[in-house]
Amino acid sequence: MSTLTLSGINKRYDNGAHAVRGVDMEISDGELIVFVGPSGCGKSTLLRMVAGLENITEGEMKIDGVRINETSPADRDVAMVFQNYALYPHMTVFRNMAYGLSNRGMAASEIEAKVRETAAMLRIGDYLERKPAQLSGGQRQRVAMGRAIVRSPKLFLFDEPLSNLDAKLRVQMRIEIKRLQRELGVTSIYVTHDQTEAMTLADRLAVINEGKVEQMGSPMDLYSDPKTLFVASFIGSPHINLLPASFEAGQLQVGATALPGFEGLPEAVPLMLGIRPEHIAQHPEGGIEISVDLVEQLGADSLIYGAVSGFDSAEPEELCVRAGEALQLAPGERIKLNFEVDRAMVFRTDNGERLV
Amino acid sequence: MNNSFWRKLSTHGILILGTIFMSAPVWVAFMSSTHAADTLFREGLQYWFGGHFFETYNEVLFVEGGVMKKVTALEMLGNSMILGLGFAIGKVVISMSAAYAIVYFRFRLATPLFWVIFLTLLLPLEVRIVPSYEVVAGLGLLNTHTGLIVPLIASATGTFFFRQYFKSVPEELLEAARLDNAGPMRFLIDVLVPLSKTMIAAIMIIMFVVGWNQYLWPLIMTTEENSYTIVIGIKQIYQVLSEGGELPQFQKAFALTILAVLPPVLVVLVFQSWFVKGLVESEK
Repeated sequence: MSTLTLSGINKRYDNGAHAVRGVDMEISDGELIVFVGPSGCGKSTLLRMVAGLENITEGEMKIDGVRINETSPADRDVAMVFQNYALYPHMTVFRNMAYGLSNRGMAASEIEAKVRETAAMLRIGDYLERKPAQLSGGQRQRVAMGRAIVRSPKLFLFDEPLSNLDAKLRVQMRIEIKRLQRELGVTSIYVTHDQTEAMTLADRLAVINEGKVEQMGSPMDLYSDPKTLFVASFIGSPHINLLPASFEAGQLQVGATALPGFEGLPEAVPLMLGIRPEHIAQHPEGGIEISVDLVEQLGADSLIYGAVSGFDSAEPEELCVRAGEALQLAPGERIKLNFEVDRAMVFRTDNGERLV
Repeated sequence: MNNSFWRKLSTHGILILGTIFMSAPVWVAFMSSTHAADTLFREGLQYWFGGHFFETYNEVLFVEGGVMKKVTALEMLGNSMILGLGFAIGKVVISMSAAYAIVYFRFRLATPLFWVIFLTLLLPLEVRIVPSYEVVAGLGLLNTHTGLIVPLIASATGTFFFRQYFKSVPEELLEAARLDNAGPMRFLIDVLVPLSKTMIAAIMIIMFVVGWNQYLWPLIMTTEENSYTIVIGIKQIYQVLSEGGELPQFQKAFALTILAVLPPVLVVLVFQSWFVKGLVESEK
């Protein structure tokens, strides 16, 4: 039951690497925040700074309004689930979960009760006497979560906890984490590089790139209203279509085609037109023409990939269209497409800023 | 079929030959120790049991012998045991602490310091034996167990093994322990020591045998017979053999040899499985 405030957080390493650059963030009670970004973007560093495993070079971090910059990891009252679980291999599941409690001087009977209750909640009650090596990946994952939950911390920190699991288990655990977090109502930060995981879990999502928070907001906000080119390209699967463009004589030039409907864009600046695959549809008078390369049938709908006409064939621009099952196409066919102008986005290529 | 039979025969033949080659001297020593002094003197080495087993071993173990007639083999075994155990435990404790400091604490020059420790491998006891003697003598530790053990206790090899092992322990374990409110001592005792227990056992066994078999240092260090280790005792018995006018007591020398071999053999046999495990696998 806690809030976390980050103001002006910076991390510089001794070798000069600037891993986290001026992060400001306000996380309210019971929220599940996901840090998402490509690997090496500083999201794990930021999480580890919250945990106290990395020093804060600059800025201030507060839990419930109390500065914690200098507080030791143990005294911050945060619990962390590590990517490789980091269970103590020589201890039984019970001792793994009880270790943090007994180190805090809790009475043995109370520890016993708490561990059993938590184990029951995670359905690992039958394995309490086993060692981690005797458990499957999913069970180990639960134990790692149990070790975090049993302490009833102020904050849960998850550092890519599902990346060692197979795809099916990952989906299952993802739902479970979400459910547990709702039930327990503990403020949580979850780090992942998988945008599906991020979208499905998050109350709010912080897209991090090169140590900076590019944008923070609800998953749908970020999807439909990205503020930067990076956020637009990172969020969404399949990816947003990005076509290089320029603004000339009141029209948006995409390759050889001029598209109407755009106004007030700067001229002589390289631009990028962004359209989500589901906002494009076949239309006999559509402005964009593609020659189909590949059709992926997903059942309910299909993804059509094709090269956009009007671009140099040495550097073809691919476009992806999400179409209903009614549209059956063969590779090599040419189709004309139209897109919803008011849902299209235009970015500056140089600084990634969104213009429309 | 035929081929595999001959192959089996030849490999087993080689193995059997090797075994005989290794164990025959021990057998001869043991058999010879069960004969009377005059039999050995007249007929040389013996290859089968004589009738004096209890007599010889009783005398060696419980009757004071040596030049001054002041020490029994039992006492010497005791000294060897103290040296072997002190050596093994001391080495493990010291090298583990050193490796812990080097791997887990960020202090200036940690890596150069490690290499300095490692370099001491190039300076075995034999090289520094005169200054070591001087220091131990100056501290008045001649003829004491402390003087026997302490100069040998630092171990570059042990430090190296533990360092490599600790480096292979995932860093997240340390981080998890920090979040679990375990301080440095707690982490060492609750996590690292249990994790390295097979490693500890392996190093202890090796070091026990090495300590038990120390020769040069105890030889120089001990001037009083009741500080002798069993290995020194054997040497002393031979000295008596060549000096006294009486019949040489070869059977006692053989008995001492057998007694000196026994404890290390037992240790290795009993802890063999641990030993192999410690060297081959790691529980991570």
